[in-house]
Amino acid sequence: MNIHEYQGKQLFREAGVKVLEGVHCTTVDGALLAYDSLGSKVVAVKSQIHAGGRGKGNLYSPINNELMMEGGVKIAFSKEEVEKYATKILGNKLVTKQTGPAGKMVNNLYVESGCQIDHEYYLAILVDREKKSVLFMASTEGGMDIEEVAEKNPEAIHKIWADPIKGLIQEDAQKLAKALELSGESQKEMEEMLDSLYSLFMEKDCSMIEINPLVRSKSGEMIALDAKVSFDENAEFRHPWRNEIRDLTEEEDVEIRANDLGLSYVKLDGNIGCLVNGAGLAMASMDVIKLYGGEPANFLDIGGGATKESITAAFEIILEDPNVEGILVNIFGGIIRCDMVARSVINASEEVGLSVPLVVRFSGTNHKEGKAVLDESGMAVHTVSTLAEGARKIVEAIGDDL
Amino acid sequence: MAIWINDESRVLIQGITGRQGTFHGIRMAQYKTNVVGGVTPGKGGQIVDLDGHKAPVFNTMEEAIEKTNADVSVIYVPAKFAANAIVSAAEAFQSNGGGLIVCITEGIPTLDMVKAVAIVDSCPDVRLIGPNCPGIISPGDNGGCKVGIMPAFIHKKGRIGIVSKSGTLTYEAVAQTMSVDEGQTTCVGIGGDPVNGTGFIDCLSAFENDPETAAVVMIGEIGGTAEEDAAKWVATNMTKPVVGFVAGSTAPPGKRMGHAGAIISGGKGTAAEKFAAFEEAGIYVARDPSEIGSVLVKALIDSGLREHK
Repeated sequence: MNIHEYQGKQLFREAGVKVLEGVHCTTVDGALLAYDSLGSKVVAVKSQIHAGGRGKGNLYSPINNELMMEGGVKIAFSKEEVEKYATKILGNKLVTKQTGPAGKMVNNLYVESGCQIDHEYYLAILVDREKKSVLFMASTEGGMDIEEVAEKNPEAIHKIWADPIKGLIQEDAQKLAKALELSGESQKEMEEMLDSLYSLFMEKDCSMIEINPLVRSKSGEMIALDAKVSFDENAEFRHPWRNEIRDLTEEEDVEIRANDLGLSYVKLDGNIGCLVNGAGLAMASMDVIKLYGGEPANFLDIGGGATKESITAAFEIILEDPNVEGILVNIFGGIIRCDMVARSVINASEEVGLSVPLVVRFSGTNHKEGKAVLDESGMAVHTVSTLAEGARKIVEAIGDDL
Repeated sequence: MAIWINDESRVLIQGITGRQGTFHGIRMAQYKTNVVGGVTPGKGGQIVDLDGHKAPVFNTMEEAIEKTNADVSVIYVPAKFAANAIVSAAEAFQSNGGGLIVCITEGIPTLDMVKAVAIVDSCPDVRLIGPNCPGIISPGDNGGCKVGIMPAFIHKKGRIGIVSKSGTLTYEAVAQTMSVDEGQTTCVGIGGDPVNGTGFIDCLSAFENDPETAAVVMIGEIGGTAEEDAAKWVATNMTKPVVGFVAGSTAPPGKRMGHAGAIISGGKGTAAEKFAAFEEAGIYVARDPSEIGSVLVKALIDSGLREHK
């Protein structure tokens, strides 16, 4: 789960991490009031969406796709400029490197006081899968894309790891601050910030905190100028407060609905819908469809606890996508029995009025019974016994249909 | 021989009185797994009937191991409590001769696992498999040892070792070995979480040292670099042939594909990179899981382990 920059900065403030004063708003009038209340002549007007690269992104009209403004983060030197930028940002689509060409509608704005920057840094905290511990990654090349730095100048990236039991060791924090060539008060502030961020990361069950840029001001203060915070969804049960800051308009509606039903769904661009049990097998099904010349329309894992209801819902979700011209069901029965899936498929096809070709592959628990149920139903369905056969068949069926 | 578990293994079920624990406990007992008891705090003294096999319930892992001499434990407790269950099993095994912990539970918070794995790693005689995995099975002559949720009937005792991050894709790999008339020594599901216990290299190394295993099938998926690291290890250490498949060639970047760890982030962790690493390491690559069987036959023939038909 991701949150907006302004929400991340609120968490930073509460954790004792230095941020500038700022106001969240959703209207142009709100932005003007924010400017007055901040009392800073120079302010940053920042688009709030759940994607990075906002500064280098472009704003387009959602009506005619006309370019409204270059740059989703603007420095305003007057109230008039705040009005101009807020007008061009709110209600328009921001397209960045991370949003894809469709972009994201900007409904939220953050107006933040200005600051005299001496140097920009990069800092990220995340779980290192290989070392199985929390990693702090920092560089003196702030403001730049970290992947680019990693490629062109890997020695500029410095890393330390927290001890899983003892936490962040002070000597390590000091080592990182020094690696960034900080000294005196700035070094001390940096060490404190690392400590505060680590506490925040652990207490809130974060999966990532990224600050790009983190800056040293002309007066030597260390300030988080950005805040990208995401949370581990597995830990949701102990953080009910997350619901209050979750912005559902930023998430794919269909993916949320699928999730609520115990399904794991990701929409893709192809025309062959897939319904599979197990995440690995679901990915493999997509891959094999592609291998046989088709394009998968989605990833869908019905999970080990699938029921007639959730399978019917899965069909509905697949068919909501107008690109879908055929469906491949691939079940390797373990806990799930193929005959139960077969009955659910028949039920679903009647309920949703299935009109596209359907290929079903059953293997594992009760696969023969499952095939018999489908054969006896009189439904127009191809049954196959291997994934490759299934993929070939559905690709052919769609070809015939055209 | 098989690796880590066999007919002699004495297995405990943590969460035995819960719905999942009992359901899978019955299937484990039906496969003739030696289930010696279970643990549910507060329910010590009860007996759980696993389809005619009576399993005593204990309050703590410590007590259960002392009374039963167990050396394997399988965890079916809810995600909230699972990391604690791992830690209590690890500590109890370490002070009682060591053991294997298999955690089936899905959805454990990552930071809980960071701590739990660190504690397991501090116990030299304890191994953790999972979490978020189907478990481990060593088919025997009559039933076998099944510690997990996999459908037992698809397996047969044989000479192929299987290791995989995914559940149903492991079953697919098993079916593929059966389709070319090969059985399995042991099948290990290591799970799809970003932070877990046993990894590919641990399994490959155990299979390499197991005299009954002739070849290994390794199934990876997008995310992280475990497959690349395993490939490097294979290139320098493995004398037995390895067949590999990676799921997720068509997965878009930045999207989590079901498993918490299955995500391409910052352009890293793609299937293309992993397949390339496999090829470079001399691993026999199957691009389609339906080809694992035929690729395995080729690998066995090349190694002089199977005759041309």
